[in-house]
Amino acid sequence: MITPLVRIERLSKTFGSGDTAVRALVDVDLVIGPGEVVGLKGPSGSGKSTLLNVIACILEPTSGRFSLNGDTIWDGRYLATDLRRLRRERIGFIFQFHNLLPFLNAIDNVALAMTLAGVPAAEARRRAADLLDYLQVGKRATAMPARLSGGEAQRVAIARALANRPRIILADEPTAALDSERARVVMDLLRHVAREQEAAVLVVTHDEKIFDRFDRMVSLRDGRIEDDLRRAA
Amino acid sequence: MNIALADIRHNLGRFLLTCLGLGLLMGVALSMVGIYQGVVAEALALSRSLAADVWVVESGTRGPFAEASRLPGDAREMVQRVPGVAAAGSITLRTAEARTPQGLIRVQVMGYEPGRPGGPSALKTGRGLGGARFEVVADQRAQLAVGATVLLGGDRYTVVGTTRGLVASGGDPLLFMTLRDSQELQFKLAPPAARRASAAGAGAGSIDSINAVIAKLHAGADANAVAETLRRWKHLAALTDAEQSELLTRSVVNRARVQLGMFTVVLLFVSAVIIALIIYTMTMDKLREIATLKLIGAPDRTIVGLVLQQALILGGLGYAAATVLVFSVRDVFPRAVALGVAEVAIMAGIIGTICVLGSLLSIRAALRIEPQQALGS
Repeated sequence: MITPLVRIERLSKTFGSGDTAVRALVDVDLVIGPGEVVGLKGPSGSGKSTLLNVIACILEPTSGRFSLNGDTIWDGRYLATDLRRLRRERIGFIFQFHNLLPFLNAIDNVALAMTLAGVPAAEARRRAADLLDYLQVGKRATAMPARLSGGEAQRVAIARALANRPRIILADEPTAALDSERARVVMDLLRHVAREQEAAVLVVTHDEKIFDRFDRMVSLRDGRIEDDLRRAA
Repeated sequence: MNIALADIRHNLGRFLLTCLGLGLLMGVALSMVGIYQGVVAEALALSRSLAADVWVVESGTRGPFAEASRLPGDAREMVQRVPGVAAAGSITLRTAEARTPQGLIRVQVMGYEPGRPGGPSALKTGRGLGGARFEVVADQRAQLAVGATVLLGGDRYTVVGTTRGLVASGGDPLLFMTLRDSQELQFKLAPPAARRASAAGAGAGSIDSINAVIAKLHAGADANAVAETLRRWKHLAALTDAEQSELLTRSVVNRARVQLGMFTVVLLFVSAVIIALIIYTMTMDKLREIATLKLIGAPDRTIVGLVLQQALILGGLGYAAATVLVFSVRDVFPRAVALGVAEVAIMAGIIGTICVLGSLLSIRAALRIEPQQALGS
């Protein structure tokens, strides 16, 4: 039996308390297996980003349980002690606005993620160069983020997210700043990585143009899963 | 890869300007340390140069620097005969205004007997005093060259030599002349009533008076014992050189010293606050980058290292600029700015400590930044 990479059971997240409490997630159940690319959609305030942040161990849930790669991460409390280590070694995060460090060039942005995980600097740079070549931005390796186009910057950000070969890739509207063609290229790339690395990919998106790139599309409304539709093969 | 250096390189111009601004502030603080040291050094300059073992002054006084002291001219012979004394010399000291080619300047006139203790220990240019009258050796701060003439008490004196760093506790340059010249000068500059009394032969106005006798002892002689012997004469008081130095720093320039010391402390405190604010602003400017670092899993030590290294580089470059600045302009100051390796090193340590302490607030703020702060638009 294949172990799911992300398993969420009756997960809830409430902000505030009493009369002002906001229930951002309510009893959410979600399982994502290796190689699966899952889209997460829903209106603003439906809890998409909250769910992503909970899986990334950025936000602590209020109740429920979730595990990553077979290890229980939260069950009433965090069971993993070093959440940042968990993030840098097991989770790749792609932001809506690439969030590259403006003082590092493209290759160093990617290599930094690896050196933080303990990869020697020379090895990190070599692997970063390979990744940038793979993502077709190798020629822009020494360019500073401010000099990169939106598409180039997003691909560098994807390279950084993939740097430590994470099994779980979380992306928060990664195509929002891209045109249709580039958005499709990015999604195809994530699909390719998911297949090749047997990674679980969860993408928050509003972009209907890329809906056909997902294996499943999960809809959230008012913090609850409304639909979980698998695309016909 | 060093992200602290990378960030500095990215905003190099702004960072260097910040260092320069901070350097100017540190330069003021460093100057104050130098001025503080200079006041002490200048107060001790003459007594160190004379290298006396014992100072003999008027009974009941702590002269000749802290209080007025007046001794009969023959006091030197008495001191000379005390066991242990190798050489003794009479000196006079008084402040006067001298008319020089540059204008009217205030000087400290010191009379001594050439060939006996009391003269300048080293000359910068020219020669020392011989037996001739109306010659002076002037400190370079008087800006008098060899051959220049000075008008004092109606007499014209010729500069025959110059010294370096010999000033009074107030910073006035010293002018050395023969004891006889100085005694006559004292008489001429004395108030008319004293002059009349002196001319009438009254003791109080006698020209043959001195302010102190300085004694050099034989090797192995105990300065305290000799001073004790001298104190047995009821009209004499004696201080060892250590007591005189203590008196100069604790009494003569104490207020100036404490004032400068307090001001230096205030400046260092202001510097500390400004450094802390600059580091805090630099850190908060990187709020999103720090949040991103946390989001991609950077441990706390990476964040702490980023803030701390930048704080130390900022302090280091600022202090280097301050040191270069102060050493470039210190000769322009009217009083000595005495800075040696020890002062520069101690100040560097203080600045380093201030940078570390100043960055604590920023480190605390940086560690409190939440990773999700990187996710906003």
